[in-house]
Amino acid sequence: MLFGAGALGCVGGGSEETTVVRFWAMGREGEVVEELLEEFERQHPRIRVDVQQLPWSAAHEKLLTAFVGRSTPDLAQLGNTWVSEFAALEALEPLDEWIEGALEPESYFAGIWDTNVIDDVLFGIPWYVDTRMLFYRKDLLAQAGHATMPGSWPGWRQAMEDVKEIQGPDRYAILLPVNEWTQAVILGLQAGSGLLADNNTRGAFAEPPFRRALQFYVDLFRAGLAPPVSNNEVANLYQEFARGYFAMYITGPWNLGEFERRLPASMADQWGVAPLPGPNGRSDGVSLAGGASLVMFRSSEHKAAAWEVVRFLSAPKQQVRFFELMGNLPARREAWQDSSLTRDSRVAAFADQLDRVVATPKIPEWELIATRVQEHVEHALRGTTPVDSVLVRLDAEVSKLLEKRRWLLARSQADAGRP
Amino acid sequence: MSLEREQAKAARWFLTPALLLIGMFFFLPVVAGLLLSFTDFDIYAVASPDRVRFVGWRNYADLLESDTFWSAVRNTLYFVLVGAPLSVLVSLATALLVNTPGVKLQGLFRTIYFAPVVTPLVAVAIVWRYLYHPRYGLLNHWMEAVGIDAIDWLGDPRWSMPAIILLAVWKNFGYNMIIFVAGLQAIPRELYEAASVDGAGPWWRFRYITAPSLGPAFLFVGITTMVGFFQLFAEPYVMTQGGPLGSTRSLLLLMYEEGFRWWRLGVASTVAVLLFGFTLAGTLLQLRFSRGR
Repeated sequence: MLFGAGALGCVGGGSEETTVVRFWAMGREGEVVEELLEEFERQHPRIRVDVQQLPWSAAHEKLLTAFVGRSTPDLAQLGNTWVSEFAALEALEPLDEWIEGALEPESYFAGIWDTNVIDDVLFGIPWYVDTRMLFYRKDLLAQAGHATMPGSWPGWRQAMEDVKEIQGPDRYAILLPVNEWTQAVILGLQAGSGLLADNNTRGAFAEPPFRRALQFYVDLFRAGLAPPVSNNEVANLYQEFARGYFAMYITGPWNLGEFERRLPASMADQWGVAPLPGPNGRSDGVSLAGGASLVMFRSSEHKAAAWEVVRFLSAPKQQVRFFELMGNLPARREAWQDSSLTRDSRVAAFADQLDRVVATPKIPEWELIATRVQEHVEHALRGTTPVDSVLVRLDAEVSKLLEKRRWLLARSQADAGRP
Repeated sequence: MSLEREQAKAARWFLTPALLLIGMFFFLPVVAGLLLSFTDFDIYAVASPDRVRFVGWRNYADLLESDTFWSAVRNTLYFVLVGAPLSVLVSLATALLVNTPGVKLQGLFRTIYFAPVVTPLVAVAIVWRYLYHPRYGLLNHWMEAVGIDAIDWLGDPRWSMPAIILLAVWKNFGYNMIIFVAGLQAIPRELYEAASVDGAGPWWRFRYITAPSLGPAFLFVGITTMVGFFQLFAEPYVMTQGGPLGSTRSLLLLMYEEGFRWWRLGVASTVAVLLFGFTLAGTLLQLRFSRGR
């Protein structure tokens, strides 16, 4: 495939003035972006965009292999948690100079923009965004005596207890799959934990903010409000939600369409989307800054042309079309004014949450650390070990994983100190 | 020059291409892997080679005291010690069945039993995931029909490994069955006839004619099955991704995760070296056992 892409590039380069931009996009985005780019190619007759579609499951490996084999594309879509890794590889083109006069950081959601800034250098332009919100059964919540979803942890907990009351022993208030790290991490961020400390060189999980969050989380299971099950133990999420096995679920925008399609028609108006509650209220109810960014590669020979593609895809009009074609939420705030987004109250609710999103630690080790968080938290949930000792062990393990990072930082500081 | 030396020279020329290829694509990578296991080669080192450190035995020490590693060792041994003998027994039993004189459609049965071996695992895994489904799966449906409580095969840490073993045995027994069938057909009929004349029943005939004659086949099947089962990877990779609670994470899956998910190639190489050690020890044990007999 790599070789094929190179060969294609040569053919395109043969027609003298046409520049071929090699663009790697993942999953369905790869299909849909070709539709968007038809207009781009009409506007820019001298640029041809050669889109390569990578499956999500193989994308990470393929990008790394391409980097090692010096065959990275000109432009790529990158999950925004991957930006730090490819920045550490020095594979990405810094974009601070490129955006001058072309794009305003202010027209993006601050938390999302921030995921692309590594040590004060900008490496990616947000393409579409994603975050987690609370999907819930309005009818069950109303039956339990709550007209709206409470905004603070104590109110939320009370609502869960009231729902459980009417649900009975075999049904639950909320589904929090034990094989996911996201819920515990979100609650930790809400409680003010930085997750890691000392310039991301050691774990801060045993410190009070995260401990408080995990205690709140674990108590939901101990009180029987959430079932201790993993994702694959829930046979059909949508059926179970419709059946009332659980009344709340923390998930992302990809489920907006799925819920609409898969829930029975009678359910259509019975479910809503609420911002995540925070420890003291909505204002600290932060969520994860997710989504994908567009990045240019340092080794590219067609950066100017690739940048034109980035600018084109960042235009509010294209962002709205992208949403209409496949439901990806726009990264540009202007696009959210469009009627296709404002007319659906559930979609519009995401704009509210997106103002309160924060990035997970922007270091290459984060994904590995996240799986360790999940494993240790699962141990706490299954009731085998108390929260405190779980967190101490988690911190010890995380600090070990970050040893290399401490060494690299110490070395670069020593280098900087040298005359 | 003597004829012998001339021949030796010719032999060297003929061997050189093969030796070069083996050296390039087998010995070099093996040595490189061994060296890598003494470094902290990771994603940072991919960016620039001066970020690699020689760490001595640290990867080994870290692994040997990590719970993840030992749970992978336990899972792998569980799979090998239960799965491999079971697989060999099922192979032998089916080989005896399809080789019974007078059974019709022997060819058809052999083909049916061999079919899982040549079916792609991913396709098989999808079907088996339906079979294992906790609520709508056929397996639980049957069990409930005879009054056994349903089991969450792939979601319960206690049952996930038995579920993987069942799948692996079903998927692989056909191959060994063919080897046993070949071994059975090489046993002269006269031996059985003579034994029958002497009044030996089916069990005695099996004990004193079939089993000893199959000795070499047993040794071959035993070693290849064990080596193969040590390399458990695809089944949990497709079915459970190592979960629930890491109960199906084998050594090879751990190596894959360390190497290609986290790009900690130093640690991954260490796992590989340790896995090699385990497999070698197992093979030597088996050889010694069979020689002692």
